[in-house]
Amino acid sequence: MKVQLRYFASIREAIGSGSETLETAATTLSALRDELIGRGGAHAEALARGKAVRVALNQTMSDETAALTEGAEIGFFPPVTGG
Amino acid sequence: MNPRVSIQTEDFDLSREVARLREQDKRVGAVCSFIGTVRDRNDGQSISTMELEHDPGMTEKAIEAMIDEALKRFEICAARVIHRVGLLQPLDQIVLVAVSSAHRGESFQACEFLMDYLKTQAPFWKKEQTPEGARWVDARVSDDTALAKWGIESRNA
Repeated sequence: MKVQLRYFASIREAIGSGSETLETAATTLSALRDELIGRGGAHAEALARGKAVRVALNQTMSDETAALTEGAEIGFFPPVTGG
Repeated sequence: MNPRVSIQTEDFDLSREVARLREQDKRVGAVCSFIGTVRDRNDGQSISTMELEHDPGMTEKAIEAMIDEALKRFEICAARVIHRVGLLQPLDQIVLVAVSSAHRGESFQACEFLMDYLKTQAPFWKKEQTPEGARWVDARVSDDTALAKWGIESRNA
């Protein structure tokens, strides 16, 4: 299925891009993160397991166990530091 | 109706916002507000500027949901949140949370609740300019602890 990826803050800087469209076989956010890590390079480093990475599904903070759906928008970002 | 949430580059005026919050609402007997400002020091370094990034699609929705939750938890009349983004300098205002209620206790509590919630769950990121270069601000475990006292698990930092 096709999904839209968005990267923010330090993750956006590390990857060097703010968004991309991806054709994926992953069915959960966790599997999608693993697929991106599997690319190696900046993706592997920025999204590495053990690193604090938060995920949003369709613009709502989400758990990585959440299921992906066609056309979903997924955001990857570091811990938030507003306020 | 006045907006409850604004994300903006411009500064804000506390008096004007409180006046709007109270406008024509005779139930109100208390208003509590919090303003966060840019310090000139953080984690042992001097700060010359701070850049705030946010997720435009997500931020307002997330804060609206926090206000809904505050209205459920506390007997408050209204709430207002303004958060600035873009380039800021020490002394600049960053964030305003203002809450009105019939009695002070509920305003005090709801104001703190909204700030604690926003700190760990609203998609904003601060980047500081220090003498040694730019750095992204680290999330603090103490902010997760602050939200935990309201019975909400944060897992941000």
